[in-house]
Amino acid sequence: MSDMPIYLDHAATCPCDQRVVDAMLPYFTEKFGNPGSRNHAYGWQSEEGIDKARAQAASLIGAQPKEIVFTSGSTEGNNLAIKGAAEMYALKTASEAGDGGGRGHIITALHEHKAVLDPCHRLSKQGFDVTFLSPGADGIITKDMIADAMREDTILVTIMWANNELGTINEVPEIGALCHEKNVIFHTDATQWVGKMPTDVVRDNIDLLTWSGHKIYGPKGVGAIYIRRRRPRVRVTAQIEGGGQERGYRSGTLAVQQIVGFGEACELCAKEMESDQQRLLKLRTKLETELKSKLEHVQVNGHAERRLPHLTNISFGFVEGEGLMMAIKDLACSSGSACTSASLEPSYVLKALGIGDDLAHSSLRLSLGRITTEQQIDFAIEKIVWAVNHLRDLSPLWDMHKEGIDINSIEWAHH
Amino acid sequence: MAYSKELIDHYENPRNVGNFGTTSEIKDRKDVGCGVVGAPECGDVMQLQIKVNEDTGKIEEARFKTFGCGSAIASSSLATEWLKGKSVDEGLGIKNTDIVEELSLPPVKIHCSVLAEDAIRAAIQDYKQKNGLAQDADKAHSH
Repeated sequence: MSDMPIYLDHAATCPCDQRVVDAMLPYFTEKFGNPGSRNHAYGWQSEEGIDKARAQAASLIGAQPKEIVFTSGSTEGNNLAIKGAAEMYALKTASEAGDGGGRGHIITALHEHKAVLDPCHRLSKQGFDVTFLSPGADGIITKDMIADAMREDTILVTIMWANNELGTINEVPEIGALCHEKNVIFHTDATQWVGKMPTDVVRDNIDLLTWSGHKIYGPKGVGAIYIRRRRPRVRVTAQIEGGGQERGYRSGTLAVQQIVGFGEACELCAKEMESDQQRLLKLRTKLETELKSKLEHVQVNGHAERRLPHLTNISFGFVEGEGLMMAIKDLACSSGSACTSASLEPSYVLKALGIGDDLAHSSLRLSLGRITTEQQIDFAIEKIVWAVNHLRDLSPLWDMHKEGIDINSIEWAHH
Repeated sequence: MAYSKELIDHYENPRNVGNFGTTSEIKDRKDVGCGVVGAPECGDVMQLQIKVNEDTGKIEEARFKTFGCGSAIASSSLATEWLKGKSVDEGLGIKNTDIVEELSLPPVKIHCSVLAEDAIRAAIQDYKQKNGLAQDADKAHSH
């Protein structure tokens, strides 16, 4: 075994599958042409690679190849979808609106990824009116919540398919159906969903969908956006302009080797997601069940069933998350504690669910993947149980709890 | 974040973990001063207790319990080591900057050292109060 910790952070990124790397390699040295070079074999050879990848990506989500635009990843995809759709479907241009706003209403949620929230914040400064929905305590955004927030001037709804910290699954197909009924554009950031769970953009009523290569065992620095072409035909205003590649939606020489890898990763996911997810669900169930049986005050955050099978967000009362991560340094995972950031604020996602700051500080996100084994999960259980018990022995809050003092009744000096 | 050898040593082998009794037990003990600072919502709570020898006026023993990150645990562990053998007034001389230096705390972790200094002051103040000694004029500062 190597010195590196066990990797349980697949929601952050995944290793690139060796089969993906093998598919990419010829495109670095041998098939290096620019697919934009229409007049020679080098260009054609690269273009073949791109065409294949586009078909592989489309097939994974039930789209047509022409509906796929390659990007550098989900952050770019979300920016293009949200800013591009807002600009395309704005009720007024920026100059017509002036300082008066009224360019249109956008609906999103408080616990979206920053790559969705920040473009929305920018749009709210540019004359659009943005509603940030608060999820329920289970973390789910439902169709009814969207219906209640919908207005005459709503032009865009952007709701992620599965949450990156919790794994909770929003009512995406239902929200899509509602948007189509109301002629509102629907974008979903599906970064944590696609490649893990069956997706059909036609059946699921999606207009714009973004995903990323590195979350599906492909390379970093590449992703794609699906832009619906029929019923309805959806358009977005380009955010990166130049040579007009990708039908003008995304200029810039295509990152051929990345895209080829992305396509291969999509095809592998299509083939293997079902068996992968069945296996990972068993492992996650074991992980959660054993932690709950061996430790008191363990809480799984987010909806109990409506969540991705390979991810768990779990709080251990009276223990601080970053201290916990230091005690389990043989495991690579992440925490809702923001003790590493200057703000001292715990995860805004957990806060959006109304989870107390104390439990938010006490949370770990463990995300399993293709390389995770049962031995690793057994080891993780043993390490976490030891660490939580050890840190509770060090925790004054644990003592108070054992003495029967309710820590919420104490007036703490906030610093 | 890469932590210093000293910090990791204090985190992995914390010194003087514990207390001299439950909160109610030590309430009336004049030889023990107790300080609890921080808040669970902020991600750190430190409890520091000192036991003072009535004859010598020196801190015989110091014990801590901390809910917090590695730097908070290490800062409080270090504080207990430094307090031992000092008079209560000497104890007030321990500054957060000394802790930052000893543990090579990164800038985002400086608040852990500030909290440790606050805990020292709070424990000493509690001791002084119980014994009718002059109050520490420079009250534990909030941050």
